[in-house]
Amino acid sequence: MSQNAVRPTPASPTPPGGHLLEVRDLHVEFRTSEGVARVINGVSYHLDPGETLAVLGESGSGKSVTAQAVMGILDTPPAHISSGAILYSGQDLLTLPEAQRRQVRGKEIAMIFQDALSALNPVFPVGWQIGETLRQRLGMSRADARRRSVELMDLVQIPAAAKRLGDHPHQFSGGMRQRVMIAMALAMEPKVLIADEPTTALDVTVQAQIMDLLADLRRDLDMAMILITHDLGVVADVADRIAVMYAGRIVEHADVRSLYRAPAHPYTKGLLNSIPRLDQRGGKLATIRGLPPNLMRIPSGCPFHPRCPYAQQVCVDVVPHDLVLGDGRTSACHFAQEVRDDRAS
Amino acid sequence: MSDFETVAASENQAARRGPSGEPGTPNQVGQPRKPRSLTGDAWRDLRRKPIFWISLILVLLVTAMAAVPGLFTSNNPTDCALSRQHAAPSGGAIFGYDFQGCDTYARAVYGARASLLVGALSALLTGAIALLVGMLAGYFGGWVDAVLSRVIDVVLGIPLLLAAIVLLKRVGSDSATVRVGAVIFVLAVLGWTTAARVVRSSVITAREQDYVAAARMLGAGDGRIMWRHILPNALAPAIVVLTIALGSFIAAEATLSFLGIGLQEPTISWGIDINNGRVHMRESATPLVVPSAFLALTVLAFIMLGDAIRDAFDPKLR
Amino acid sequence: MFRFIVRRLLQMVLAFFGTTLIVYALMFAGQGDPIQALAGERPVTAAQRAYLTEKYHLDATGVGGFFYRYFDYISNLLRGDLGESLTGRSIGDILAAAWPVTIKLALIAIAVAVIFGVTAGVLAGIRRGSIFDNATLLLTLLVLGIPTIVLAPLAQYFLGVKWQVFPPTAGADPGFGALLLPGIVLGSLSLATALRLTRTSVAENLRADYVRTARSKGLPSRRVVSVHVLRNSLIPVITFLGVEVGNLMSGAIITEGVFNIPGVGFNLFRGIRTEDGPLVVGIVSVLVVVYLVANLVVDILYAVLDPRIRYE
Repeated sequence: MSQNAVRPTPASPTPPGGHLLEVRDLHVEFRTSEGVARVINGVSYHLDPGETLAVLGESGSGKSVTAQAVMGILDTPPAHISSGAILYSGQDLLTLPEAQRRQVRGKEIAMIFQDALSALNPVFPVGWQIGETLRQRLGMSRADARRRSVELMDLVQIPAAAKRLGDHPHQFSGGMRQRVMIAMALAMEPKVLIADEPTTALDVTVQAQIMDLLADLRRDLDMAMILITHDLGVVADVADRIAVMYAGRIVEHADVRSLYRAPAHPYTKGLLNSIPRLDQRGGKLATIRGLPPNLMRIPSGCPFHPRCPYAQQVCVDVVPHDLVLGDGRTSACHFAQEVRDDRAS
Repeated sequence: MSDFETVAASENQAARRGPSGEPGTPNQVGQPRKPRSLTGDAWRDLRRKPIFWISLILVLLVTAMAAVPGLFTSNNPTDCALSRQHAAPSGGAIFGYDFQGCDTYARAVYGARASLLVGALSALLTGAIALLVGMLAGYFGGWVDAVLSRVIDVVLGIPLLLAAIVLLKRVGSDSATVRVGAVIFVLAVLGWTTAARVVRSSVITAREQDYVAAARMLGAGDGRIMWRHILPNALAPAIVVLTIALGSFIAAEATLSFLGIGLQEPTISWGIDINNGRVHMRESATPLVVPSAFLALTVLAFIMLGDAIRDAFDPKLR
Repeated sequence: MFRFIVRRLLQMVLAFFGTTLIVYALMFAGQGDPIQALAGERPVTAAQRAYLTEKYHLDATGVGGFFYRYFDYISNLLRGDLGESLTGRSIGDILAAAWPVTIKLALIAIAVAVIFGVTAGVLAGIRRGSIFDNATLLLTLLVLGIPTIVLAPLAQYFLGVKWQVFPPTAGADPGFGALLLPGIVLGSLSLATALRLTRTSVAENLRADYVRTARSKGLPSRRVVSVHVLRNSLIPVITFLGVEVGNLMSGAIITEGVFNIPGVGFNLFRGIRTEDGPLVVGIVSVLVVVYLVANLVVDILYAVLDPRIRYE
């Protein structure tokens, strides 16, 4: 089947001056019996049609929670969105009633998850699971949904798609399962695809194949993509811009090239330094000292200060604002300029 | 038995030391909390549960009844006179008299002894079988585990009531001691499997712990490792399972006696009295209701006690 | 799937011989006078003695004689010839009259468990921690803790005799109305277990990753729960109910005895009471077979429901 089977969606209607998707000052807390964990503390980012934004951070930095808030699939309770807005084509999704919110899911914004084995329902054949979206949301007949499911499985390059329609998720290899997930997400030709650590559970060789597939599909289907990952190596080839998250905030936001060349936040710098490089033989791999903060007890001032080599008294006392560094770059560090210009480390 | 007691005692001490603050003190967000032991957590949890206290009091009450029935009634349960058949309450007989003219209340009080005796001894025997089989299967693994696990599967697949009927029909003797022994034996032989599975899995967990490997490297033999290191770990979960089992053994004894194949008169058993009361319920219901209530409350108390303790230790699925 | 069924069938055949051997050995081996053992304390007439000796080949002795008699018993059992009870009635006829009643009763009990237990379990699982959840948990604990020998007579007394909501006993050929109360009593235990099982299973599955996936497809939450969550949650519940059908067919001894329902359990109850050995052996043997078949059906059902088992 050719990729023409999936019609590229026409360029999305973006209101003048607005973005396709915009998260504005989002705050999310988890209210548990142990206390309140402030998981997202004022995250803002945007996505324009056809571009790829990478959201980078350690586990617990809030990158997945933000994505789930965008999808509207946070488990409430314990999660509560305490303030903020999520605008899709200018419409605030958080104020929409659930019935309309549901219409956005899968059709406008779709999501693929980290571990396809648990993210797919174990008791239904994959063809049924892909077709379910088509039958339930688009009202397709059983036969049409089946035909279209085969097309989608061809599109994500699953060999002998028609024969594997009736197989269950556990009968697929890890990489093939992730392709099934992708096919399912693409069923309604969404304009935004959120990929939440799509390659983390896979072998290294398969990781590259899946990333290539995602990049190709994004281009061919003219989607915008949010790629959530903790792996800086994965994003360089695929992403246009990168947002680095730490303790529920975006600490640095830049285009890929400038960020790699001159990171303007000590945390980004630490992450970049901890990637093993071919030209760096022998010696110890750099690490970021300390541990990510407990979200019930976020440190005062800049949350990164206990681990930061640049920390001064001001970092303990004052919460840094986003410093605009030109070219649309921002960094939430009191010493952003110094860090950017400090090439020593 | 000294090891059972020391383990239980040290757990109790841990439980008493465990809670760091007053019950109900809200945990202040942002302040580090003192680390607490599992037993400490469980005890904090238990203390706040009314069901735990109610069932504990009931268990103590029925135990006292079994030990010293004279405390609860001054009437003789076997002092029956047909002239008092279904007579109204009088004297110490607060629930009146049954078909045989016996004091309904006194019979219910004296019935506790047989029930508790059978329940407790079955549970002990069950515990012994379960610990032995579970420890052997869990500790040695391999073919020992394979064989014992199959045996567990087979015994678990036998319908309890049918098997008990077949087994107990073979007991020819009518001597009270023999019948009590037979019921205990039958219940234990058919009822040890669940506890054995629990012991087996906790032994497998304990076997993989570092301190067991360390003990082995220091030259400790299998017997010593099992006795000193593995047994204490398997005991707590086994005791919880056996508390619940004790309740169901009491129910099973009453059921068998009700059917006429368990204990037999002149032994006083709630099951026998319920069956007698049932036959004459149209004339008077109290001889049916009173032993029924005693039996139900006793079984419930043990099951709820075990359930509460298990919940406290295993908060995963509450 | 085919190999799975064949393997399970072989296991069942083994279990059948093992269990019947145990039942047979327990009933007959090592007794002083096997005929008196069958008859209990009742006097045995010469005619009965002759019949039993011929029927069970009691003239052969020793281990060889035991196995000879055992295989004779097995072949009779497989041919459907269960012999006669001490009262001279054909046990096969007794069972043929009793089964329909027992099956009716078991179906009512299972219906009660499914309609109330599974429904309430799903609701409790969805609203875990709510008042409804806690109330049902406490109620089921009560039901599980009250033995049938308490529940059945008390229900009979209060609902049948005192307030007369239901007929207190069933007649010779009981209809639906007469079986309703016994069915509810019999089903209450299955109801409580099914409820707890469903609740735990639903609560666990609601937290599964595939639920998040289904929601992100934009499916209404009604469909997410009723199709995705239920299909997974009900696997253990259906398995349990299958085993329970097997249990109820054999385990209704008390309920049938108390309510005078002329089913299989009632006849077994009477056989025990009147010390009718052949009747007890005959019924127990058939029940063991029923139990084994029910377990086989459940295992196959499980494999049908959970594709992960099928291909192992």
